[in-house]
Amino acid sequence: MDFNDTPQEAEFRKKVRSFLEANAEKRSSLAAKPKGDSGSSISSAGAPETVKGEDAAKVALDNAKEWQRKKADAGFAAILWPKEFGGYGGTPIEQVIYAQEEHDYFVHSGYFEIGIGMLGPTMMAWGKDEDKKRFLPKMITGEEIWCQLFSEPSAGSDLAGIRMKAEKDGDEWVLNGQKVWTSGAHFADYGMIVARSDPTALKHKGLTYFYVDMKTSGIEAKPIKQISGSANFNEVFFNDVRIPDSQRIGAEGDGWKVSLTTLMNERLAVGDPPGLDFDQIFEASKEIEVEDGLAVKNSEVRQKMADWYIQSRGLQYTKYRSMTALSKGQTPGPELSISKLVTASKMQDVSSYALDLMDMSGMVHQDQNPILKNLFQNGYFFSAAMRIAGGTDEVLRNIIAERVLGLPQDERSDKKLPFNELPSGKN
Amino acid sequence: MNFDFSDDQKLLRDQARKFLQDKCDRKSVRSILEDNQKNYDADLWSQISELGWTGTAIPEEYGGLGLGMLELCVIAEELGRALAPTPFSSSIYIFAEFLKSYGTDEQKKKYLPHIASGEKIGTFALSETNGKPKPNNIRTQHASGKLNGSKNPVSDGESADYIIVAANSDSNSNYNSLSLFIIDRNDPGLNISNLDTIDPTRPACTLDLKNVACERLGDEGSGWEMIDNIFNRAAVLFSFEQVGGAQVSLDEAKKYSLERFAFGKQIGAFQALKHKMADMYVKIELARSNAYYGAWALSTDSNELPIAAAGARVSASEAYNYASQENIQIHGGVGFTWEYDCHLFYRRSKLLSLNIGSIRQWKENLISNLEKRNIV
Repeated sequence: MDFNDTPQEAEFRKKVRSFLEANAEKRSSLAAKPKGDSGSSISSAGAPETVKGEDAAKVALDNAKEWQRKKADAGFAAILWPKEFGGYGGTPIEQVIYAQEEHDYFVHSGYFEIGIGMLGPTMMAWGKDEDKKRFLPKMITGEEIWCQLFSEPSAGSDLAGIRMKAEKDGDEWVLNGQKVWTSGAHFADYGMIVARSDPTALKHKGLTYFYVDMKTSGIEAKPIKQISGSANFNEVFFNDVRIPDSQRIGAEGDGWKVSLTTLMNERLAVGDPPGLDFDQIFEASKEIEVEDGLAVKNSEVRQKMADWYIQSRGLQYTKYRSMTALSKGQTPGPELSISKLVTASKMQDVSSYALDLMDMSGMVHQDQNPILKNLFQNGYFFSAAMRIAGGTDEVLRNIIAERVLGLPQDERSDKKLPFNELPSGKN
Repeated sequence: MNFDFSDDQKLLRDQARKFLQDKCDRKSVRSILEDNQKNYDADLWSQISELGWTGTAIPEEYGGLGLGMLELCVIAEELGRALAPTPFSSSIYIFAEFLKSYGTDEQKKKYLPHIASGEKIGTFALSETNGKPKPNNIRTQHASGKLNGSKNPVSDGESADYIIVAANSDSNSNYNSLSLFIIDRNDPGLNISNLDTIDPTRPACTLDLKNVACERLGDEGSGWEMIDNIFNRAAVLFSFEQVGGAQVSLDEAKKYSLERFAFGKQIGAFQALKHKMADMYVKIELARSNAYYGAWALSTDSNELPIAAAGARVSASEAYNYASQENIQIHGGVGFTWEYDCHLFYRRSKLLSLNIGSIRQWKENLISNLEKRNIV
């Protein structure tokens, strides 16, 4: 047992480090930013903000594109992609090593993660050769940004319940309906979309997968203001959007199968969850006074903090176990599926408890708040979203129960009827 | 990154698992549970001793196999899975570790070969009263080579041949007055009386000491420091034992939920139970990862040991307590019968979460060690 790189891994890490040192600004050099206290890391969880003042947003996007170009030139932009599409042709452990190293630098890769992590691999698996040649290289360099148009107002956890209409008209398809929770829809150049092409077929059989140019007439993106006050997502409306049949990915009716490729890659693409954790409440507890003195000396506070510590480090060491599997060329066990489930609730517990410790001053939510600025106030709101986004707690528990423990699948009433005969409630 | 056991260690695990499935089935566990006259499974003990398990981490020069602590972690997990009714933890995780760390060469030669061969059993006596052992409630006194006082409860005390006793070596009763002494169970001044425990497969007793002859172990006055260190080492080993038991609790809950039908389907198909078992799985995986980190710290003599051990201990205690209690819940009515095995795990999990200090105490250890590291 050790935490050392193999010689090849060490070599790769060295290459990555020298690239980052030469081209990016290290986080620790940003004065007076305690770990986890950058507002962005709490409020956005990797998703770039949608409204933040247009100028600021434009500057951030331009900087991100410039960084992405450098990364692509050095070969690190798509480590898992094969070389023929401009990737590094690397291994999962190299991907992890790169992510670890880049984590220490102040750079933004969030704009490109959905494309490179999920949509690109989908195109590689199902797309036409001319599309791969045309789109994949520019996805890597960041010249073109992609978004994922999957969820709908009436299809969240039950994604296959989407209703976006795709009707064939000669050599074209006409799209009508609404997508939601789409990160980056307002600045993305292209999107991948799954739509219902045959409502009389079974739920999972009547879907078809396409890509769309986001500038096509009839597409409109509107930011969604969240509980935290920021907007990381959009709702996207499609009104008589006409696209050629050549933009179909996979066969008509195979949309669900193609979507599964995208979703399987989602699990690999998910990075480190944002940091509001034991370390932050431990620091805060040294500043907050409770009834018998500093919170850090209070027995109840110490007992609670110990719980969060073992969850936090338990997840970290679980990640080490997965990295070990990757390093040996094995597939990581199912242990990674627990990460977001534990992290989101822990964050909610930590922030709610920290506000309680602050007593009346916990009410205050503005920059002057003396305890680690607004860290816990922000976390209080953000964690409520985190327990839902990217798989709700309940869906994740079902996934663990069914795929890891092998328990029976839920009984489904939607598998035998055509989609248009399924009960659908008030919508 | 190589945060895993080696292939050899995994082979050892497979062999140990197979051996225990064969030689330590539930019938033999119950034979100890249900027989007041028996403190442990003597046949099993002599067989695992012959296999060398008792000497796993004892150096060859003192009669052991001279393997490492990681191998001992592997065996601990298997003993936990099998609910093995033996004094392994008292004799190996604690007594042997005290001797290895603090014995003089002479003491090591005198005791360790017998412990390694399993022919003798050792244990440790600290607690004297309700609540956490601390200077103001340890009254056993050492004077002129003799011990006087009373200890309660002492794990595996009735089975033990040698006992390390914590006693004050001056009259101050503070953190610098405790020393450790080794006594022989055959001393005429020693009276041992059985105590019932919540898990009779892990017995305990009361020791009454009247002018019992003893030899000192380690430096005078450094008792608490030695205890902290050895309990940290034992905590990692216990955490593997606990993870092993927790995993079997989950496996058996799952098995039952697939066999039992209600409302026209397997009860394991209901989300209320699926989600409960998912939660069991999550706690066990976190505990396993924390235990691995403890194993790394233990096997490398890292400065991180106090933190790693406390993390492993708390995580494993909570996971096993949860898994064993929810295993009963998933079984429903039969879960609280004597006939079904659920209570074996329910007993064992709680006992293991108390025997070297409660969860509450270890959480406190964890935070105070984190504070210390912070200051350094």
